[in-house]
Amino acid sequence: MIPLDHILLLSAILFSIGVLGVVLRSNVIVIFMSIELMLNAVNLSFIGFARSLDSMTGVVFIFFIIVVAAAEAVVGLSIILSIYRTRKTLNIDEFNLLKW
Amino acid sequence: MLTIFYIFAVLSLLGALGVLFLQNPIHCALMLVGTFFCLGAVYVMLNAEFVAVIQVLVYAGAIMVLFLFVLMLLASGDQTQFAVKWDAGKILAVVVTIGIFFQIASVFLDSEMTLGPKGDYPIETVEDIGSITLIGRLLFTEYVLPFEIISILLLVAVIGAVVIAKRRFN
Repeated sequence: MIPLDHILLLSAILFSIGVLGVVLRSNVIVIFMSIELMLNAVNLSFIGFARSLDSMTGVVFIFFIIVVAAAEAVVGLSIILSIYRTRKTLNIDEFNLLKW
Repeated sequence: MLTIFYIFAVLSLLGALGVLFLQNPIHCALMLVGTFFCLGAVYVMLNAEFVAVIQVLVYAGAIMVLFLFVLMLLASGDQTQFAVKWDAGKILAVVVTIGIFFQIASVFLDSEMTLGPKGDYPIETVEDIGSITLIGRLLFTEYVLPFEIISILLLVAVIGAVVIAKRRFN
């Protein structure tokens, strides 16, 4: 039996690395990968809690989270494709059309 | 058991650090696949075999192939433009991120965590009936409405992706 604390610690570290990736990297695709990493960290803590609380609800919710992650990846990557057509770059610092 | 968990935990952290630090986005994608595999192994250890299979099939398979496809279409040779430019905002962001980490960690490290009441599915029941049977039963009885909503969400995402990627902006 793996202690819940260790699972949650792993999940917290993975989530923080994901946040760091989002705030530090400037390649928009790598930022997307970091978001996937954060979603996975949350999945891990869901499973940890589900196991230690003898519940199946967490597992069912992971099912939903994975579907949302897939939808998010598909729409996000098509937005990236569409931006790349007009701006010819993947650098997030140059996506400033909505800034004022 | 615990040793295997630590091995996979360290491997998944190494993969995550690779995503954070490697310059080439294709290397980042491959590191992320490694992280997903290691997390899948952790899921198996936590008696969630179905989620582990979905993790490998959907995340490590489908989603990462999608990422690699987009990288193949868009990857530019020059990676130096993506180097981190350290300014006050970036340093502040790192400090805030470390703060977020300690905020999360303080929940379960500092004090004794009080968990809610136990559910109806102890490990013996799950192993007896099988986790896939239980998930299927829950999905089509208690969670049938979210299940239908999520299917509509997938449909909307597919249509939206086709529309956004196909349209030409001038």
